[in-house]
Amino acid sequence: MKVTAQPTDTSLTLVLDGELDASSAVVLDTELNKSELLKYRKVLIDCQRLSYISSAGLGVFISHLQRLQDSNVKLVFFNMQEKVFNVFEILGLDSLMTIVPTEQEAQAA
Amino acid sequence: MQDRIRISCSRHNLQQVRDFVRGFLLTANRSDLVVNQVVLAVDEVVANFIIHANGEDTNQFLDLLLVLAGQQLDIEIEDHGSTMFLPIGKTPNPDLRAYIQQGRKGGMGMALVSRIMDRVEFFERNSHTVCHLSKELL
Repeated sequence: MKVTAQPTDTSLTLVLDGELDASSAVVLDTELNKSELLKYRKVLIDCQRLSYISSAGLGVFISHLQRLQDSNVKLVFFNMQEKVFNVFEILGLDSLMTIVPTEQEAQAA
Repeated sequence: MQDRIRISCSRHNLQQVRDFVRGFLLTANRSDLVVNQVVLAVDEVVANFIIHANGEDTNQFLDLLLVLAGQQLDIEIEDHGSTMFLPIGKTPNPDLRAYIQQGRKGGMGMALVSRIMDRVEFFERNSHTVCHLSKELL
């Protein structure tokens, strides 16, 4: 799992590449734990190259969501592959998190 | 058709387990979505055995057996560690709104497994824990 941060003035895009499991989730957790995240209005998660997610990966997002919301930082997922979206759906997380098809919609969300 | 694999109890071996299950099911011409679901179910159980039952002790190992007969998929995961690990019934319907408020990381894995597979059983055999997963692949 590779995580690349792409900051702008108002948002931070984290580009995920690879498989997010109990072994690699710590990489993402480290990125989401950084205090500078809270200075952005949005954190966008580009999932185009995210080919797999397990509960450990979902848990990382869940564990940071309230902290981000409390700081008025919106977490938005985009470019999600169908099989990855399906994992969010199985648990009902698709209704609790903001997941949109494209980067343009993520920027507008 | 059937295939088996043995891994030591390191979370770094989860990728090998997923590749093994993927390879098995893709050979059987199953859809990407179904393959991913089954891979996820196996990954969750194996991760639990590695991390919670064996404390990532690489001297311990797990055996995985996949059997596909027609549409019926049966998976057996045997933990050769000495600690019994029987998590059945644990958090079948997690309250995700509460998890978000609590900033909780874990507690969803077995919910995923039980929603993906038709049957999930943990039992004891020769002082070892065995997990049996089954699913009819449509």
